Amino acid sequence: MNVLWTWIAAGLTLAIFSFLYKDNPFYKFAEHIYVGSSAAFWFIYLWYFDIKPKLLDAWVMNTGFEKYILIVPAILSVMMLTRFIPQIAWISRWAIAFTVGMGAGLGITGALQGFLVPQVQATMLPLWEPVSSSTLYNLGHSLNNLLLVLGTITAIFYFYFSREHKGGLGVLSKIGITFIMVAFGASFGYTIMARVSLLIGRIYFLFHDWLHLV
Amino acid sequence: MKSPPIVPLPVPSVRAYDTPNDAGGSITVEWELSPVDSVVRMYEVYRLEGSPEAEPVSAGFVLRGTQKFQDNNLKDGETYYYFVRTWVGEEYADSRLSNPAVPSAQWFHTGRKSALVILLIYGGLLFYYLQQARSGKPLYIRKIAGLEAVDEAVGRSTEMGRPILFIPGIGYVSDIPTLAALAILKRVAKKAAEYEAEIIVPNFDPIVMTAAQEVVKEGFMEAGRPDLYNEKNVYFLTADQFGYAAGVDGIMVREKPGAVFLQGVFYAESLILAETGHSIGAIQISGTTSVTQLPFFIAATDYTLIGEEMYAASAYLSRDPLSLSTIKAEDVAKLGFIAVFLIGILLETLAAITGNQALHFFKNWFSLF
Repeated sequence: MNVLWTWIAAGLTLAIFSFLYKDNPFYKFAEHIYVGSSAAFWFIYLWYFDIKPKLLDAWVMNTGFEKYILIVPAILSVMMLTRFIPQIAWISRWAIAFTVGMGAGLGITGALQGFLVPQVQATMLPLWEPVSSSTLYNLGHSLNNLLLVLGTITAIFYFYFSREHKGGLGVLSKIGITFIMVAFGASFGYTIMARVSLLIGRIYFLFHDWLHLV
Repeated sequence: MKSPPIVPLPVPSVRAYDTPNDAGGSITVEWELSPVDSVVRMYEVYRLEGSPEAEPVSAGFVLRGTQKFQDNNLKDGETYYYFVRTWVGEEYADSRLSNPAVPSAQWFHTGRKSALVILLIYGGLLFYYLQQARSGKPLYIRKIAGLEAVDEAVGRSTEMGRPILFIPGIGYVSDIPTLAALAILKRVAKKAAEYEAEIIVPNFDPIVMTAAQEVVKEGFMEAGRPDLYNEKNVYFLTADQFGYAAGVDGIMVREKPGAVFLQGVFYAESLILAETGHSIGAIQISGTTSVTQLPFFIAATDYTLIGEEMYAASAYLSRDPLSLSTIKAEDVAKLGFIAVFLIGILLETLAAITGNQALHFFKNWFSLF
């Protein structure tokens, strides 16, 4: 049975890889199986890991406030289903508005506490910091701090929208976008390395598990 | 010669108190280390519920050198007492009972006051510029190349007689970049309706799909062409990341859109989508706040909205004075942060040179715990 599944997995892997040449019936076949089975999987997943435990089972097991608060998400869910009835489809907007409002509210505090404030604190670095007896080491350390501070401040100027980027602001924003692009370049190389390791994993599956060549 | 066994000595003092800045149900127990800490196997914390005569129950244990234990899942309003058992080998010594402690929830997290102050200042700025906008004062916003190209891309696609593909990413409607993407979608849909072009929006999340249907419909209505709106063109594909990527790739090579918009939250599928869009010769405008995916978009698409440029999009595209006021408030806040950075850098540099620890007060004020 395992051999059969290995052949199916290898066949589907090759069918997906065939897209590198051009769109073809093998790719279409694998793509439709993938999209269809993943959509079905997520439907089952949502039922067993969201709707059943968090709504139905929780309704049976909880008492008092914890039980009756479940009426709110249940009503919002039913509101979403009104989209199937064109005459009252507008009711679904209320559920969407609730989700969007909640997301925006949570996003503000999350971004503030998770990114903004820690970033503000991390940028307050001394431009001269004697951390070692070696002057050369101290110079290197201080230069590193200077680059971090300069990169952060000029990158903020790049995202300043209220004035045209000309003159002094233009110079600062150009330095800022240069820092951003250097960071993106490093990130690009790092991520490509990770993708290559994923490819190696798939090639290894074909040559080891399927063809037994390595 | 065999050395005599070491006798366990109890910890000298134990203190219990309600865990600060929490949602309740927790007490923190602190103690001084036992004089024989170096040979201690573990400290076991015992809890007595209600009175000092209650039956002790083990709440947990920590290894030697540790002076703190957090006891969770307690009842708010109930009184608890604690003692610490010092284990040396199989022998133990108990400390005296701690003071009584009562767990409770706190309304305010005092460790996050800096976030509150920043939020209030930003709220004040927003309110001020909203008033300015309402009084009719013109607010300027600079050109953003990626957004200038939106109309061009829709027009080019229409001239070629091809549909427009809008990919709202794999985020959920609670993600801010997805909301920004929906604002851009509205503009694209409006332009598509004006040019009588077809727009296709495959979705990863069913609720984003519902919101996208509303947004596209609104765009068509604003353009005065509700008759052209086709709900079946804004559909759900799959909620699996690479299933979605495979499906969208298939749509690209079969429908051959003239313009592809990649806007929203993207992860590892970003390059797969952008490369396929490039291979079919479509003009591509991407935008995301995912820092690890932006390099791929910059490399493979024609225009990229980097991070906050996406958030500025709705104000930029609509030119609505109220939306523009939010951009103005953000810009003033950015200048404020730069001033804060400069003060902090100056104080930290002075602290490093003089060794005066008191100068760290400004940086420490921003600590979140």
